[in-house]
Amino acid sequence: MTMAAKLRAPGWYRAALSLPIGALVAFAIVAGARALYGWTPVIDGEAITTVALIAMPLAFLVGIGCFDYWFRWASGAPTVPEDHSGHGATSWRDYFRVNTDHKVIGIQYIVTTFVFFMLAGLMAMLIRAELAAPGTQFVDPNTYNGLFSVHASLMIFLFIIPVFAGIANYVIPLMIGAPDMAFPRLNALSFWMLPMAGIMMLASFFAPGGAFATGWTAYAPLSTDTPLGQTFFTIAVQFAGASSIATALNFLVTIITMRAPGLTFFRMPLLVWANFTTSLLVVIATPFIAGSQFFLLLDRALGTEFFQVANGGDVIMYQHVFWFYSHPAVYIMMLPGFGIISEVISANARKPIFGYRMMAFSLVAIVILGFTVWAHHMFVSGMASWLRVPMMITTMLIAVPTGIKIFSWLATLWRGVIHLTTPMLFALGFITMFTLGGISGIMLAVIPVVIHVSDTYFVVAHIHYVLFGGSVFTIFAGIYSGSRR
Amino acid sequence: MRKHPLAQMLVIGTIASILGVILALAIDWFPPQGSASARDIDTLYDVLMIVSVPIFVLVMTVAIYSVVKFRARPGDQSDGAPIHGNTKLEVVWVTIPFLIVSALAFYGWVVLDDIERPQPNTMVVDVTGQQFAWSFEYPQPGGAEPVQSNELVLPVNRPVDFNIQALDVIHSFWVPAFRLKSDAVPGIETTYRVTPDVEGTYDVVCAELCGLGHATMRQSVRVVPEEEFTSWLAQRKEEAAPAAGAAQGTGPDEGAAPSGEDQQAPPSDQPEAGTEGASSGGSEPVG
Ligand code: HEM
Ligand SMILES: [Cu+2]
Ligand SMILES: [Cu+2]
Repeated sequence: MTMAAKLRAPGWYRAALSLPIGALVAFAIVAGARALYGWTPVIDGEAITTVALIAMPLAFLVGIGCFDYWFRWASGAPTVPEDHSGHGATSWRDYFRVNTDHKVIGIQYIVTTFVFFMLAGLMAMLIRAELAAPGTQFVDPNTYNGLFSVHASLMIFLFIIPVFAGIANYVIPLMIGAPDMAFPRLNALSFWMLPMAGIMMLASFFAPGGAFATGWTAYAPLSTDTPLGQTFFTIAVQFAGASSIATALNFLVTIITMRAPGLTFFRMPLLVWANFTTSLLVVIATPFIAGSQFFLLLDRALGTEFFQVANGGDVIMYQHVFWFYSHPAVYIMMLPGFGIISEVISANARKPIFGYRMMAFSLVAIVILGFTVWAHHMFVSGMASWLRVPMMITTMLIAVPTGIKIFSWLATLWRGVIHLTTPMLFALGFITMFTLGGISGIMLAVIPVVIHVSDTYFVVAHIHYVLFGGSVFTIFAGIYSGSRR
Repeated sequence: MRKHPLAQMLVIGTIASILGVILALAIDWFPPQGSASARDIDTLYDVLMIVSVPIFVLVMTVAIYSVVKFRARPGDQSDGAPIHGNTKLEVVWVTIPFLIVSALAFYGWVVLDDIERPQPNTMVVDVTGQQFAWSFEYPQPGGAEPVQSNELVLPVNRPVDFNIQALDVIHSFWVPAFRLKSDAVPGIETTYRVTPDVEGTYDVVCAELCGLGHATMRQSVRVVPEEEFTSWLAQRKEEAAPAAGAAQGTGPDEGAAPSGEDQQAPPSDQPEAGTEGASSGGSEPVG
């Protein structure tokens, strides 16, 4: 191929060319708008960066070829029937292309997310090393706050949530007997948005003023008056969120419409149920975090005043919108793991899962209850105080479906023929740690106790029991059992 | 003859639960208790522990027992017992957890009601959080100038209502010894109520990430006998008097500021956030 042809064909060359074009467009939009309004300076670095953070990833996605088919179709040009669903990857290079095969995409997801897992893990080590002794060791307060904020955001948005999407991409079509996902090109786009989000979060360390340093929760108004790094978070979350929503829609349609004949809902493996219910959570909840971050972005970039109390803004509102997503998000991070554990335990105990229907119903119950508890993150926030007791009760009620799951796994072990394979060991570790995490969650729901321990290491411990001992162990269980097949 | 497996597990589980509960109660989880609510909350926490440990032990006992007892012998490729469910058992493990969490929620609600019940003879302290220090104001009867301080001093055994606000970002006013915290939120006033009943000096901590100096946003509260408090307050009033004579809002008060004295300015200097538009000068509407 000649160079010109390379630059015209979808791929890395065209992507490399379109990145600077994206930057130029951002520059032109900002400078143009500022010149029209007569604002000085016309060239404003922060404003250009903000727009570039949206324009450059989009330009990259166009360059790498995520939109080619749709553009051609929309413009009436002959579409290139280039989809790899027939063959997947033939060489390692195929993993670095826009590929529509669900297995390839699954691997792309898993490898990418593990890279971010490792980076975020290294940050955790830096955090602990810094905390080895009182006082400052080797990072200043701003870098420290940046480290734990980027650590948490990468772990949540670039590892746990998407790695489950990757695993599901690989196995769901196989489990329901579908040839591929319902929307393979959307599937590829979903994947390619992820590295954008991750790189943006990492790149925030190089922003003037350092990485975003307001935690993964980015509470306003702190997050509206911190330096530029915060904008990297705000926009990265939009890309990760859009990726999540698109994948979830894809799973819903695939699971609802593409099951093999005879595979009724109540014959689906629990892993499929788990991804079905997770996708419901994603589709309903994720737009809320997108909204919360758009509010922040508009406050930061355009001077809207959603959270500026001097002009009638409301800072509690941020927390309501944020947690209306982020509580369901904790189940987005857990339900797929529940599915994996059900399969692993049943396979390694050589027994059918105990109480299949109740297991499926309890997933649905968690989805529904999961939308009624968000304010348990806000018990000391100064929100309407009558809301506390109802949210305590609903939170504690989630223990019931969660208990059903734990007890049913135990009953599945009972009188099985237990093979202590690696996935099974992770599953047993999961049961142990997740039980601790769930119990600490119940404690956190009891208002008088949480008034004391909210915003302390008690909460940090809780989330690491459920996320590390919980979600991460299920991911390891899943990856190990997948790689043995 | 071996014992019945359930009996065996029951014995092991009971012993482990007892040991676990003893351990959980022996651990000193929390800082010193400085208020009646602290004792109520610690008791509640202990009860949660007493309930939680056996649940964890139950799960672990069944899991470990199964792994030991039902582990496949090498080469065993047989299937496990074809059990698909057991309605009775499932009803049990829906009902019992439901009852437990209902009881705990009810107990939690009762304690919450207790610690928030209005008390007679309450005094009011206004708390203001800003990056990165707390300041306190004691409203005086009869419209007198409130007494300002960078140190929190409270009379023992006197109920206090804190009215909490923030000038810049969200902070969280936490006195671990009282077991109570409440966010300080720009634009609204939050409250909490406590009766300190043990004399001593305790930490006042900011519990909400509020910027670079968040970790240094620590002061202390002195809980002292009533007489000592009254004389302290009188002294503060005297010290403030000359400053009040001078132009409004010049001298920040000279009290012992544990940190960030330079950020301290009397709240009248600050644009009052949101709701309380009127300045503390209290201008009379002119007829
Ligand atoms: C029985 C189930 C659970 C209950 C009752 C529960 C309860 C709670 C409560 C009440 C809080 C708020 C604490 C506070 O901020 O004061 C909380 C925080 C949190 N929980 Fe859970 N939880 C449960 C399971 C999970 C699971 C499965 C996950 C994720 C896999 C999870 C992840 C988190 C996270 C990320 C936070 C927020 C930490 C922060 O403020 O940054 N929880 N949980
Ligand atoms: Cu939650
Ligand atoms: Cu703070």
